Amino acid sequence: MAGQTDPHISLFSPQEVEFMAEDELVEIVPNMNMEQLNFISGDFGRFIPQIPTKVPLWLAVALKRRGKCSFRPPGWMSVDNLTQILEAERESQSTFQALPFSYVEIARLLFDHAHDDIPDKYMVRSLVEDIRDVRLHKLETNLGSFQGTSAVKISNVSAMEVNIVRPFVRRALEAFYKHDKPEADVDRDTRSSRQQREANNEPRRPLRQR
Amino acid sequence: MASSSEVGGSSADYETMMSTSDVELLKRAWRNEKAAPEILQYEGALVERAKEQIELVEETIEDYVENGKDPLLVSLYQMDLDRTQFLLRSYLRVRLLKIEKFMFHNLKSEEAERRLSEQERVFATKCADDLAKHFEETVLLKLPENYQSVLKQSQISEVDDMVPQPHLDTFVVCRSNNFVSLNLYEEGESPETVEMERGDLYFIRYKIVKGAIESGQIDLI
Repeated sequence: MAGQTDPHISLFSPQEVEFMAEDELVEIVPNMNMEQLNFISGDFGRFIPQIPTKVPLWLAVALKRRGKCSFRPPGWMSVDNLTQILEAERESQSTFQALPFSYVEIARLLFDHAHDDIPDKYMVRSLVEDIRDVRLHKLETNLGSFQGTSAVKISNVSAMEVNIVRPFVRRALEAFYKHDKPEADVDRDTRSSRQQREANNEPRRPLRQR
Repeated sequence: MASSSEVGGSSADYETMMSTSDVELLKRAWRNEKAAPEILQYEGALVERAKEQIELVEETIEDYVENGKDPLLVSLYQMDLDRTQFLLRSYLRVRLLKIEKFMFHNLKSEEAERRLSEQERVFATKCADDLAKHFEETVLLKLPENYQSVLKQSQISEVDDMVPQPHLDTFVVCRSNNFVSLNLYEEGESPETVEMERGDLYFIRYKIVKGAIESGQIDLI
């Protein structure tokens, strides 16, 4: 039923994250003639054989499945680019490389439906998986270094990754905030340096055991 | 039958105010509503426009089918229609979920009540009445005098403490559309600010970004 993701696990189900990603524009090369499509979500087309055109991902997948087009893989999905990104991810412990926000979903859909349009598809797929693993691992290790703050910056984290860590991080940050806040009030009242509050450095176990 | 403005989503990530289609707006409203702990302003005009466009496309599809137009075309239009319908339905359902969850609070708080649509208000009132009646008949009237209120624990409670309130200190993930500088703490405490560049992702307390979401400067993810 629309709108019924279990709120206790995660706000958005993976399918919903994919749904949001499916509006991203990708380039296809149609092999047939079709008039312009006047959708509610926008106008796309005309479709002329061999003339590349940009359409939303969901439309591209639908056309591909009916054999009406082939994909032009996005620029960031080349072996060279991905190798570079993987290296950079492995080097830095705390920053994430810039990847399209929905790269996981886009890559997944392309592999599922259009793998023959991807040059070096096995290489590309294994690179993407490696990148995902490295980034996820980085996220997990970085989670252990939170302190009580009200805002945490997470640059270049992608949609799927955000969705995966969101439940845990929310509760962790809330707990930090809850325990920090009354301390702040107390300090303000007394204004003296009472015994220093011990930082709660007890490491939090991640919810998922690896 | 065209959408209200040009092709939605010029670049992959960011929507500018100029070229935002209704579907993009609806998607944004849906996402914000799902991620926010309290109910947000009802986008009446947007919902109406979406409903109109959906009806129009439904008629067009019927026409196409009758006239034997290319079934591929029909199925593509159908898909687009399904997607838009899903967004609309999910948006309304999420709001209903929140109304049910915080039923009494929504009717008590003026701010929350302003955010409901007419039909939602009717629904909420009826729901609350039914629930109150149910509680009274099954339990409350059998309790001693001082404890018979639906809203208060007992007569001596000063506030309506039986009313669950939305948890505004929840952390949410957000992305800024512009450069924004926000006050991290409430007034009186240390005025730390956090500055968000356009496109930065943050885990942040909902209360801090609440105003910015309403004005459209920040999106929830």
